[in-house]
Amino acid sequence: MKISAKSATLLVLVVLVALSPLLFPSNFYYRVGALIFVNAIAVTGIVILTGYAGQVSLGHAGFAGIGAYACALAPVHWGIHPGLALFLGAGISGVLAYLVGRPILRLHGYYLGVATLGFGILVAMILTNERGLTRGPDGIDVPDLGLRALLGELGLSLSNGQFWYFFTGLCMILGAWIALNLHDSPTGRALRALHGSEVAARTVGIDVAQLKLRAFVISAVYASISGSLLALQNRFVTPDVAGFMHSIEMVTMAVLGGVGSVLGAIFGAAILTLLPQVLTVFAEYEHMVLGLVMILVMIFLREGLLPSILKKLRGKDE
Amino acid sequence: MSELLQFLFSGVTVGAVYALVALGFTIIYNASDVVNFAQGEFVMLGGMITFAAHAAGLPLPLAAISAIVLTAALGVAMNKLAIEPARGAPVVSLIIITIGASIFIQGAAQIAFGKQIHSYPAFSGDTPIRVAGATILPQSLWVIGGAVAVFIALWLFFTRTLLGRAVLATSNNRLAAQLVGINTNFVMTLSFALSAGIGALAGVLATPITLTAYNVGIAFALKGFAGAMLGGMGNPKGALVGGFAIGLIEALTAGYLSSTYKDAAAFVVILAVLFFMPQGLFGRKSTDRV
Repeated sequence: MKISAKSATLLVLVVLVALSPLLFPSNFYYRVGALIFVNAIAVTGIVILTGYAGQVSLGHAGFAGIGAYACALAPVHWGIHPGLALFLGAGISGVLAYLVGRPILRLHGYYLGVATLGFGILVAMILTNERGLTRGPDGIDVPDLGLRALLGELGLSLSNGQFWYFFTGLCMILGAWIALNLHDSPTGRALRALHGSEVAARTVGIDVAQLKLRAFVISAVYASISGSLLALQNRFVTPDVAGFMHSIEMVTMAVLGGVGSVLGAIFGAAILTLLPQVLTVFAEYEHMVLGLVMILVMIFLREGLLPSILKKLRGKDE
Repeated sequence: MSELLQFLFSGVTVGAVYALVALGFTIIYNASDVVNFAQGEFVMLGGMITFAAHAAGLPLPLAAISAIVLTAALGVAMNKLAIEPARGAPVVSLIIITIGASIFIQGAAQIAFGKQIHSYPAFSGDTPIRVAGATILPQSLWVIGGAVAVFIALWLFFTRTLLGRAVLATSNNRLAAQLVGINTNFVMTLSFALSAGIGALAGVLATPITLTAYNVGIAFALKGFAGAMLGGMGNPKGALVGGFAIGLIEALTAGYLSSTYKDAAAFVVILAVLFFMPQGLFGRKSTDRV
């Protein structure tokens, strides 16, 4: 039986999310799992922007920051439910990405990199410095989403770790499904065409500027939702969520795993989320090992971990 | 008036450091099309190794020279071990490699030098010099002088020596340079050594003012990168102007507007400049070959 790459990816994700808990020795692993899923959502957005459309962003954590602080601030100041605040944050991020993206997406390569970097730093600075609103670098509490209590009333009682594991897992699968559909849609094909060659894409009548902007907005919404979920899950958020290192983390996860495919990028998110947990055995050598892994993967497995491994496996089959 | 002069002095001092970092970015970019995000770590190492060598009993000038030589050697090693094997990889992969190198160097420095903040005495004492109601530290003059001297030396190197022209030829067209017998691999090695050495020099000169710690590199890298992009990536003159401009914008914002948003000002200006000049101030308008 032949199944499409899209169904295969979704099937793998569903099976992994559903069955992994059987192997969890303790509740702590639910938390790590939820963290992987939250990162995976942001990274799926990067796949659309970088993997499909070939544009580099070094400032996407800025959108994660907006999503996170929307969930922290909107319920307190405007009395909006935290769940709706997530959509509000996504909306703000999308509009902002549209406004910022219009001028800066004309830039190429490193110039686009520095422009997005600047945007991310501006957001992080506002979150850090507007103490009156965000309470500054110490961070701020985030209200409870209330969904777990609701499920409890309906007779489905989950521990906090379990609830966030399955909820973020579901969101991740939904995000992956949308991204995979986009891949095969006319928009997705056009995006991949402009990735190959902007000039060639333009000559066949693709509105390059419009499409890049669309990819930028979509990936910003992904980053924002990821930030919101992180904040809601931790019930606490600091400006670090919008920091430069977080932006780099997103791009690294995507590229390390394989930015061309949703599954690869999610795999990258899993590896880089788990790595620091594993590397604690190296104690003070943790950073050196992390840096080394990044360099080695990029040199020896250029297409990213998952695509390279799959290629090796297929090579053996034949 | 004296207030403005004071802000200008501090702006030119940090600007000189950024300009040196931006020059380092430019040299490596020209030779290999790689933007080396580990550039800031070279600055950190310059200061750190000087501190360690000085603390071990070496006289300051000798400690400074050993720091520059060791860092340059590290730059060469980085090129051989991490950049050359990845030749032809896409831009994002190269960014990740250099960021990986940066994390690696930071981790190593944390083990070798600890997490404390380090410094060593200024080269010509700490007595501020008074100029028209404002003051400037003698060490600032060292920093500014260093940046200007490096720029002049580089200019002479690139325009007057055969080797310098070989570097320029390589940055223009690698294949054509190879065809006329230029050893492009050696040019790459040389560029990394030069760039790391210049970064280390910036660290050596600035540390008595800015102090140093294992994690200061990333800030220098971001500002230097911003300076290089503002001037137009790949143009040494642009790097110098861009670096000084970022320093001045920062100092003036801190002085007149808000010290908390001084880091933001530089990026607002960059966004504005790129909006009107997508290639930076001095960048060539590039035409892609189809």
